[in-house]
Amino acid sequence: MSDVSLTKDFADAAPPAGDLVVLDSVNKHFGALHVLQDINLTIRRGEVVVVIGPSGSGKSTLCRAINRLETIDDGAISIDGEPLPEEGRELARLRADVGMVFQSFNLFAHKTVLQNVTLGPIKVRRKSRADAEERARALLDRVGVGNQADKYPAQLSGGQQQRVAIARALAMEPKVMLFDEPTSALDPEMINEVLEVMQQLAREGMTMIVVTHEMGFARSAANRVVFMADGRIVEEADPHQFFDNPRSDRAKDFLSKILQH
Amino acid sequence: MFDFLDLDRYDLFGAFWTTVQLTVFSAIGSLILGTLLAAMRVSPVPVMRAFGTAYVHIFRNTPLTLIIVACSQLLALTLGMTMWADVGTDTMGFRLAVLGFVVYTSTFVCEAVRSGINTVPVGQAEAARALGLSFAQVLTMIVLPQAFRSVVAPLANVLIALTKNTTVAAAIGVSEAALLMRDMIEQEAQLVPIATLFAFGFIVLTLPTGLLLGRLSKRVAVKR
Repeated sequence: MSDVSLTKDFADAAPPAGDLVVLDSVNKHFGALHVLQDINLTIRRGEVVVVIGPSGSGKSTLCRAINRLETIDDGAISIDGEPLPEEGRELARLRADVGMVFQSFNLFAHKTVLQNVTLGPIKVRRKSRADAEERARALLDRVGVGNQADKYPAQLSGGQQQRVAIARALAMEPKVMLFDEPTSALDPEMINEVLEVMQQLAREGMTMIVVTHEMGFARSAANRVVFMADGRIVEEADPHQFFDNPRSDRAKDFLSKILQH
Repeated sequence: MFDFLDLDRYDLFGAFWTTVQLTVFSAIGSLILGTLLAAMRVSPVPVMRAFGTAYVHIFRNTPLTLIIVACSQLLALTLGMTMWADVGTDTMGFRLAVLGFVVYTSTFVCEAVRSGINTVPVGQAEAARALGLSFAQVLTMIVLPQAFRSVVAPLANVLIALTKNTTVAAAIGVSEAALLMRDMIEQEAQLVPIATLFAFGFIVLTLPTGLLLGRLSKRVAVKR
């Protein structure tokens, strides 16, 4: 197999330093519920940040706010130095640079696997069909579903669908990848195949923001762990420090509940 | 008993052909307008949503006969809108009737398509937006193709209702099946056989449509 990199552009060049995603005093309410409270977070180029925390702590909302699938009430988000536009063409252009992987895969049900992966490059990046298909097949091979290219999503297992979804996001050659609980809807035996693809991406230097409950992945792949509770960032630390020696009581409580078994 | 059926005198096939033409042109027009209205009703622009909603509520709740007569009396006779046909001709009446049917039927198409849009999981549109597709691209490439597949059967109902509704065009003198039937009943005084004949004619038009589209509906359904 050819050694096509998942992230060609990042693997070749040394990742330039600098802040890629910056959240500055971000607030959001769902009615009376204050889901994001004064969130300040900076993600540097090439960094893998894992966001963990109990349900309802605002992790997913934070992740979705970064490409404006959720609007924010106040504060500012910028990606690669550009503030997130409100709506329209500018927002679409920016979203094209931000890959997103969803909990429920969200592959286009009426399109084949190959069409799912080539749609963005053809319609948004204006690539030729031949180029887009060549790149798509290489990516599908790389995530291990190359032989499923002509099937429809419903014919694939959950793990396969999620790997296609990762390939679909990578086909846009994004600057940063957002993962919103990518393994939460998967059967246990399919979780690893998805995590392995993500591990590989992390090793290749992709900038990643991962909301997950997979503590093993956080430990081994993350540069930084962000612990959220009740809409706030409670603790931000190196993964080893966080898991072995959490500072806040809230984090200690959370870890004691999930690591017992 | 079918001695009333003098095909030299009564252009039975011609009349049903007009019915078919009324149906086909109106169906095409209302599919287009109905889809546009549905797009308006889900658009992020409040003015468009308001317009779509108002249009649907006004015309869906207006009796069809009123709309068709208004097309003839108001548009043609009062405002002089002749739909690019010679005044008073059958062509003018035909076109005005198609206009009326499109105005009316598009509201039902809109609501069927909108219900189809609601069957498409919101994640499909989110994934498309996350790729950087515009609202129009998300709608035409991802949402509407899936929406249409799920509403083939309801749209078939609208189409069948439209086929039968075309009889209202008789009210403004379009020489379709219902007008001929009225004429024949007056001339021949054989109400039951003539009415049965025309009812049968409409069954011939609508039954295959329903069966065919019912089968199509199953074939194109999106598997999730």
